[in-house]
Amino acid sequence: MIWAGVLIASASCYALKLAGLSLPQRWLQDPRVQRTVPLIPIALLAALVATQTFSTGQHLVLDVRAAALVVAIVAVVLRAPFLVVVAAASLTAALLRLL
Amino acid sequence: MFTGASQFALVGVIGAGGSVWAGAATAALLGSRNALYGLRLASLLDVRGVRRVAAAQFVLDETTAMAIARDDPRQSRFAFWATGFALFTFWNLGTLAGALATHALSNPKLLGLDAAPPAAFLALLAPRLRSREPLAIAIAAAAVAIVVLPFVPAGVPLLIVALLVSLYGLFGRAA
Repeated sequence: MIWAGVLIASASCYALKLAGLSLPQRWLQDPRVQRTVPLIPIALLAALVATQTFSTGQHLVLDVRAAALVVAIVAVVLRAPFLVVVAAASLTAALLRLL
Repeated sequence: MFTGASQFALVGVIGAGGSVWAGAATAALLGSRNALYGLRLASLLDVRGVRRVAAAQFVLDETTAMAIARDDPRQSRFAFWATGFALFTFWNLGTLAGALATHALSNPKLLGLDAAPPAAFLALLAPRLRSREPLAIAIAAAAVAIVVLPFVPAGVPLLIVALLVSLYGLFGRAA
């Protein structure tokens, strides 16, 4: 079941790329589409940050992940590289759990 | 699937207890931007047939950025293919290493690894927030996701957010 989902998601992601290279230019050149599509990852990534930090399953929780997120926000504001951001957040959570 | 944000999202939704289909839908929605990248790259790359089928797999944030930053089309094409090959190789080697290494980890929480995915999503998000509107959308999306989370199955908050932002983009603003 999981693999079926993975395969379908993979096929969809690839099809979207191929469609961009193959479809007539004017189909995707509608200004509303041009405006909307870049907004989707922004909203989804922000929602992922929020849900993965403040929930476990269907419950809202406030734990060390919130502190780790604060550290990650500081890191991205300082324009730290990707791996530094992730490592700083993980380290924060690990250290706070040791306390 | 070779597009990082979608991979992380699929794993994230399933890991949080969401259905694999909610995860797959989120991954595909995150991948929708690659269609627009493909559109921008199509005239630049001018690929047909088998080369287009191969090039499509390399249509990503990174390859698009590298390709459109060049003035000369030949350099653009070189930047696209070189970035694509390098990323494809090392990304997948890294994924394999990760898949093998996790068996050695007894409790990922002890290493703070449950704090890694939100930080990774944040790092992917940050470069897109250079002006006021994206920042407002990001904050609103996070708020909506948190508010609806207790009432719907895991993964579904993301789909609600995607629907709302699409409606906003298509109908919400004056042209």
